[in-house]
Amino acid sequence: MIYLTRKIEFSASHYYHSPALSAEENRRLFGKLNNPHGHGHNYMLEVTVAGEPDPVTGMVLDLKELKEILQHEVMEVFDHKFINEQVPVLAGQVPTTENIARAIWGLLAGKITRGRLHHIRLYETPDLFVDFYGDGAAR
Amino acid sequence: MIYLTRRYRFSASHRLHSLRLSEPENQRIYGKCSNPGGHGHNYALEVTVAGEPDPRTGMVVDLTRLDAFVEKEILERFDLSYLNDDRDCFAEKVPTTENLCMEIYHRLRAGFGDASVDRVRLEETSLNSFTYRGEEGDNA
Repeated sequence: MIYLTRKIEFSASHYYHSPALSAEENRRLFGKLNNPHGHGHNYMLEVTVAGEPDPVTGMVLDLKELKEILQHEVMEVFDHKFINEQVPVLAGQVPTTENIARAIWGLLAGKITRGRLHHIRLYETPDLFVDFYGDGAAR
Repeated sequence: MIYLTRRYRFSASHRLHSLRLSEPENQRIYGKCSNPGGHGHNYALEVTVAGEPDPRTGMVVDLTRLDAFVEKEILERFDLSYLNDDRDCFAEKVPTTENLCMEIYHRLRAGFGDASVDRVRLEETSLNSFTYRGEEGDNA
């Protein structure tokens, strides 16, 4: 099995606020992340696809195709957006790195038809990242 | 399951030298790492916790609390220290990065109750790193 990983970077802003909590609880739990004007990150996304290389082409999947999927499903949705207000797949959720990773998985899962989407890693900063292997799946 | 990883940094020195080995054996096995004055590294520590995000907060762990725990229990203990002097950790063991990685893992598993500690990865240099997930069964 070959695991192929492609990276993309997008920039977006967000703030943390849960409607399930009071204003005071939100401030206490999230601190300055609760500032309603938001703050931003350069997110780095790694998408790993697993598969066997095609015997003719030697490729697990066509990278051009993967690049187009990432452009359409991720870049156009997240890049230079205010996630709380402009990204419908996260409506009603706190846009933590955990939830963003899960949402990105949902956007990509049905779209990669050659090979199998194995896992994604989303860096919010170089010192904080999340790995996700699909709902219910462990490493 | 979400695996969330946080990176930290600390600097420390150590000397690789085992009391169970003869002087020539120490020299042969550890080479310049056994220099009596010790030597140091800038370590990068990755702590991974695993869990499902809380439906209200969207978080697997409150990072402020993870940071506070690592700062107090790991970084304050090891940062700018000579690891061989730490008798609690290295009275019996050589402070290799393997042993330090396992020591940090066990301290996190024993003391941090907010989320399940999945693994510890410790970079000794940009070329060497060590990962520990516990023995079989720890993460069951």
